[in-house]
Amino acid sequence: MTPHRPHTPGYFVGIALVALALIALPFTLSAAGTAWVRITNLAILFVLLSLGLNIVVGYAGLLDLGYVAFYGVGAYVYALLASPHFGLHLPFWIILPIGAALAAFFGVLLGAPTLKLRGDYLAIVTLGFGEIVRIFLNNLSQPVNITNGPQGIALIDPVRLGGIGFGQSDRFFGLSFSGPMKYYYLLMLLLLLVIAVNLRLQNSRIGRAWEAIREDEMAARAVGINTTRIKLLAFAMGASFGGVAGGMFSAIQEFISPESFVLTESVMILSMVVLGGMGNIWGVIAGAVLLSFVPELLRYTVVPLQMALFKRTVIEPEVIRMLLFGLALVLMMRFRPAGLWPLRVRQREFGKQAAVK
Amino acid sequence: MKPVLLEARSVCKHFGGVRALHEVSLTIRQGEIYGLIGPNGAGKTTLFNVLTGLYSASSGAFQFAGAPLAISAPHLVAQAGIARTFQNIRLFANMTALENVMVGRHVRTHAGIIGAVLRGAATRAEEAAIQQRAVELLHYVGIADRANDLARNLPYGDQRRLEIARALATDPKLLALDEPVAGMNATETAALRVLIEGLRADGLTILLIEHDVKLVMGLCDRVAVLDYGEKIAEDVPEKVQRNPQVIEAYLGA
Repeated sequence: MTPHRPHTPGYFVGIALVALALIALPFTLSAAGTAWVRITNLAILFVLLSLGLNIVVGYAGLLDLGYVAFYGVGAYVYALLASPHFGLHLPFWIILPIGAALAAFFGVLLGAPTLKLRGDYLAIVTLGFGEIVRIFLNNLSQPVNITNGPQGIALIDPVRLGGIGFGQSDRFFGLSFSGPMKYYYLLMLLLLLVIAVNLRLQNSRIGRAWEAIREDEMAARAVGINTTRIKLLAFAMGASFGGVAGGMFSAIQEFISPESFVLTESVMILSMVVLGGMGNIWGVIAGAVLLSFVPELLRYTVVPLQMALFKRTVIEPEVIRMLLFGLALVLMMRFRPAGLWPLRVRQREFGKQAAVK
Repeated sequence: MKPVLLEARSVCKHFGGVRALHEVSLTIRQGEIYGLIGPNGAGKTTLFNVLTGLYSASSGAFQFAGAPLAISAPHLVAQAGIARTFQNIRLFANMTALENVMVGRHVRTHAGIIGAVLRGAATRAEEAAIQQRAVELLHYVGIADRANDLARNLPYGDQRRLEIARALATDPKLLALDEPVAGMNATETAALRVLIEGLRADGLTILLIEHDVKLVMGLCDRVAVLDYGEKIAEDVPEKVQRNPQVIEAYLGA
């Protein structure tokens, strides 16, 4: 049941303003350079990934260090089904569900042997799983060339939707839309969908079961939750989001290789979830946006700043980036261990009304 | 005589060389409060854990509500209609009281992922019913005013009540309470006793493990006594109290 909240006019105005800002955003960004639109698109992909991982880590409390494997599965499914590599060119709305389903299958494959593990033990197994998938991608070029090994797959088809190609610029309503701008709107639609799915799952029978397992697995079993099934569902759901994000990544980049699916990426996504606030989707989104943009901002400010101060580059931007990233995580864990925007104490207003009568 | 609800036949549980339970047989009848007492380490909680599927029995069998009860997993036991509480309270600490009880409805409801995402009329109706029943149960155990508080913020006595409400949410035929008044003061104990008597009046069968002999003797219809993993007595409280073996087990010879 949806909580009944009386919305003030201000609420709707606020929503409308945010929507307008998000619609106008790519135009503003293009003014600063198309690169910023691309950066934003990658940030949205990371938001999608974080929301997927949040189901496993935030809701069900299962620490997963190999999440990038599902991203890789989705990306390779898209790449293999829409590139000259196999000569297949399926439309993206067919590939995306296939990628999601295959990633979900891999999620179950990872989940099944790890059902009895928790915490650090689970983390190690999932870490190994992520590496296995990456190594497979790297080596499945012999004896039959499936993944094309470390060279990766190139010339991947951009998304085509209703005769509109996302690879080139177009003019609609007298405005020029570049390829990345079109992807931005597509990703935003996808993101809205994923947020809606997440919110609905959270306030559902399954979502409560996930939380119950996170809180006390033994008690959850005692009240009749089939923890095996519910955990596998969490792995599968989380993985399927990763698969969708991977498919979009392939289409946007038009080239992928195993290098994009390394452990550091898993750690990055996990950091986004933890930094933002596990379990709260708005916190997770904030964490993903922050960790996607701050490094890019640094890239554009660190060198000019040093040039101005010392007339030469003393520290490489990449070094500063990791330094600040590490420092931020340490400070976070020290001062806000629950995340920037942690799961608030949920007040179910309807429950209160009913209970007081 | 009332029909038998649960029958345990020659249940054994061994941990390595330790005989935690040896050939324990008991019969619980519909609508009664059945007490299970015994000195520390007698095997009471082990029997509970075997019955609710947390441990698997080394040998023996259970018959529940007229059918053999195959205890292969805890959630199947809950499904069959046996709910339990824990000696050391095990709530979902970071969920509200209401949510805790709503989780208890899990086993009697059906909505899956697709239902949750599409949220059609059937799912919404089920959610509403889950919530309504949860609120009713909070009223029933007397903590409805704490519905939106996190379980971990409830006072101790209310946590016990919440755990009972959560167990009741699974629509049990048999409610197994593991030391429900442990750690409670006299007032809280008396209040919980009223609640348990109310449950019996409403037709629920209750299996009660308790250290508080006065409570057990006053509340239970029949009592079984375990000592070193074996049942040494099973009868109405007055007779059990006069049983020399029981007196010996409790007071030492």
